[in-house]
Amino acid sequence: MNWFTKLLTSTLGRKLMMALTGLFLILFLAVHLAGNLQLLKNDGGEAFNVYSKFMTTNTLIKIVSYVNYACIIIHIIWALLLTIHNRKARGPEGYAVSKNSSAWTSRNMGILGTFILIFLVIHLKGFWYEMHWGGIPVKVYDGVEVKDLYSVVVFAYSNPLIVLIYVVSMMVLAFHLWHGFASTFQTLGLNHLKYNQPIRVVGRAFSIIVPVLFAIIPIIMYLTTPH
Amino acid sequence: MKITLKVWRQKNNTSKGAFKVYQAEHVSEDMSFLEMLDVLNNELVVKGEDPVAFDHDCREGICGMCSLYINGRPHGPQQTTTCQLHMRTFKDGETITIEPWRAKAFPVLKDLVVDRTAFDRIQQAGGYVSINTGGVPDGNAIPIPKKIADEAMDAAQCIGCGACVAACKNASAMLFVSAKVSQFALLPQGQAERKERVEKMVAQMDAEDFGACTNTGACEAECPKGISLTNIARMNREYFVASLTSYEVQAKGDGA
Repeated sequence: MNWFTKLLTSTLGRKLMMALTGLFLILFLAVHLAGNLQLLKNDGGEAFNVYSKFMTTNTLIKIVSYVNYACIIIHIIWALLLTIHNRKARGPEGYAVSKNSSAWTSRNMGILGTFILIFLVIHLKGFWYEMHWGGIPVKVYDGVEVKDLYSVVVFAYSNPLIVLIYVVSMMVLAFHLWHGFASTFQTLGLNHLKYNQPIRVVGRAFSIIVPVLFAIIPIIMYLTTPH
Repeated sequence: MKITLKVWRQKNNTSKGAFKVYQAEHVSEDMSFLEMLDVLNNELVVKGEDPVAFDHDCREGICGMCSLYINGRPHGPQQTTTCQLHMRTFKDGETITIEPWRAKAFPVLKDLVVDRTAFDRIQQAGGYVSINTGGVPDGNAIPIPKKIADEAMDAAQCIGCGACVAACKNASAMLFVSAKVSQFALLPQGQAERKERVEKMVAQMDAEDFGACTNTGACEAECPKGISLTNIARMNREYFVASLTSYEVQAKGDGA
């Protein structure tokens, strides 16, 4: 076997793939959040709509978005491969009594991830698919036609059920990140007395702040839109 | 003390096992867990029953032979080896469930005895230094900082009992392998085979069908020798660097 395939198919290599794609997705979350916060600007959605057009038409962003899709898919498939391998490694007989001392999130990344995947399907169908192929009304800013994605978002977030789905999903994401963020560094072997503490602190702050800010957007929009 | 024991009984590798309940009527608080089982076995022999098979050797906490998954934890409720666990840790009248290590790579041979030769094969794949490093060198003759030497010694404390595998939800052997990789990677004597060692040991670990690491930290919490998760990060680092950079030159000629 070629050394590169050997590296990628080893248990350590598979975890490496999980960590690298996970790190990229963490970065993506931060950028995505920065874009979303423009929804709260009091300008009738102009900043958000112009930003949305830029994100779907700019060539560089397009390339990055394909990398992003790849990361999501690899993260899911590799997680499945690892889970199947790990289940088999336990053997045919399990323990009758088990008192595991590890954190709940660390043992249930797969379940948390599955919920995030379900959310992702709903989320992509609602906005991403509509933006690319759906029939969205058009607005004109400074003589340029721009799809009014803002109105789609406002409409979606006027439904309390959708708001609830978003808020709960962000809580799930928070738990996933709570373990995932610091875990990527451990898997990559980036473990050092000087940096362990900062990584842990930044990871925990990120896993709370980012999902909270994401979740706050539909809540605020629901409350401020006249029903 | 009176103790109720729920013990996993399994005739051999191929038969199906089940729990059997025994009453231990005369247990002293000062007995070690293994002595308590010795007494139980004596009673079973007198009754003409098959004694419970379990692994043990030095009974000093240094050989790594004893195992047992006691009340849901490897080596029981304390972070020691089973031989160093005493009955005073338990309450009078308590029911204790004893199971063998559960892992595909550690098949049950009989009752509570599992085959841990997978660990030996991992060691044989690279957990050694091929050259003769001579006798004990002068304290200052080898250029190595005390802290690093201590870290290597901490890793070398691993007795290969397999509690890490037993505790891990994935039956991963990473804590064991990483300790064995670390103890050499940190020392000057281990440098010559540093890259080859980690590649071969990880390959053998995968071949034995141990699981992957999810960084839950369950292994570290149960390790009787306090081996740290830092070793796993070090092994990951060593492995990735080795995979990308090993065998920089090719052997030429017949080596004569």
